[in-house]
Amino acid sequence: MYLKGAINLDLTKLLPILAEGFLVSIKIFGLTLLFSIPLGFVVSALKMCKIPPIRWIINAYILIMRGTPLILQIMFIYFAPTMLFKADAPPDRFWAVIVAFSINYAAYFAEIFRGGIQAVPKGQFEAAQILGFSKMQTFFKITLPQVIKTVLPSIGNEVITLVKDTSLAQVIAVSELFALAKKQASTQFSVMPLFVAGVFYFVFNWLVTVLFDLGEKKLSYYK
Amino acid sequence: MAMLEVRNLRKCYGDLEVISDISFDVNEGEVLSVIGPSGSGKSTMLRCINQLERITSGTVCVCGENMITGEKNGEAVYASADVLKKIRRNVGLVFQNFNLFPHFSVLRNITEAPVSVLKIPREKAEEKAMELLGKMGLADKAKSYPCELSGGQQQRVSIARALALSPQMLFFDEPTSALDPELTGEILAVIKELAAEKMTMVIVTHEMAFARDVSDRVIFMDGGVIVEEGAPSELFGNTKNERTKQFLKRYSENTFKEDK
Repeated sequence: MYLKGAINLDLTKLLPILAEGFLVSIKIFGLTLLFSIPLGFVVSALKMCKIPPIRWIINAYILIMRGTPLILQIMFIYFAPTMLFKADAPPDRFWAVIVAFSINYAAYFAEIFRGGIQAVPKGQFEAAQILGFSKMQTFFKITLPQVIKTVLPSIGNEVITLVKDTSLAQVIAVSELFALAKKQASTQFSVMPLFVAGVFYFVFNWLVTVLFDLGEKKLSYYK
Repeated sequence: MAMLEVRNLRKCYGDLEVISDISFDVNEGEVLSVIGPSGSGKSTMLRCINQLERITSGTVCVCGENMITGEKNGEAVYASADVLKKIRRNVGLVFQNFNLFPHFSVLRNITEAPVSVLKIPREKAEEKAMELLGKMGLADKAKSYPCELSGGQQQRVSIARALALSPQMLFFDEPTSALDPELTGEILAVIKELAAEKMTMVIVTHEMAFARDVSDRVIFMDGGVIVEEGAPSELFGNTKNERTKQFLKRYSENTFKEDK
């Protein structure tokens, strides 16, 4: 029976369903990057700020985000409003996922950016200061380009992880790629839909890898 | 006319006093060399004058502008941001480690500040940069990146970068300390040329022979104070000061040993 199911797997029926789920996964992926990267920059700046209470809050935030499972954070964002704060209705599932992913990934990005900023030699800031650049000019012209070069490999790592992490959205029943593949697997008594989903993730991450390699190559004109 | 007036300059890190009560002048067109053992406060003094370190007390006056307006609770009070900006525009600093911007081409390293700080049109800034590069013998390197240049070439670019802002005076913080003896020569030649053009300069250096040849006046610092100040012929030729004598003697001994 299982074997029969595997052999009779109708790709023309399966692929459109999985493609639909993949679109949701891509949306989670894209929106998370859109929000978490700028947020990561803000968090890294706050973490390097000279006011201790702000640093403590940021440290606690990073500790919680990195110290607890993302799957739990997604559940918390979705269930907390009704269960803890007596809200009338739970938030939108999709946007609960985006919020959870964004604040989680921002914590990781913040630490990567901080490492990148601290890797810029002190002399660069001093030279910028001596030449009369304003703080904004120094950041955008001198610091940021050098930070991007340093952090690109680590960011690539996170982005690839994010592609696979989108599958966690199923925990609050968001119909992303893996959730739909699982559903298909159980209705068709076959593991093939899951493997096909795996191919989707793999091909997409291949593309991501190629893009990051290109980016690194483009920035390799200086040391 | 004194371009730079330093009075009773003091710099402390917590309880540690690294510069205690230094006063000196630099006149227009004058070349002043500052020599002394490592840790004597030479570089810190230069960094204080260039606003990279906060002064604990004392005054610094650059081209008639007072950097310090007074003292409050035992700490120097700085002039307004506008005045500090104005002072910054009058001076240039050449670093020991060049500190060129690695992601900019040689040309952009030189033009970026004139264009975005002084708002000079890019074409004009590039014209001047090419002229400066020509003077440094690096006209063919305009499109190169700093990592493609030798240390000596990088330092010449950083001198051009400082000159591109047309400073009234130029500071050098051990400009040859990161270079091997062969490359040192090319930097010293450039500084000599600037001296011949009557550029006002303060040079912190370990190159004794160079300090003797190029400077109008030499300051010997040790332990955060000026031990001796005078014409190079006096200081290097027949100093009466025991500490200076000892330093110069050890210096020539070490140089001699290296030669062997």
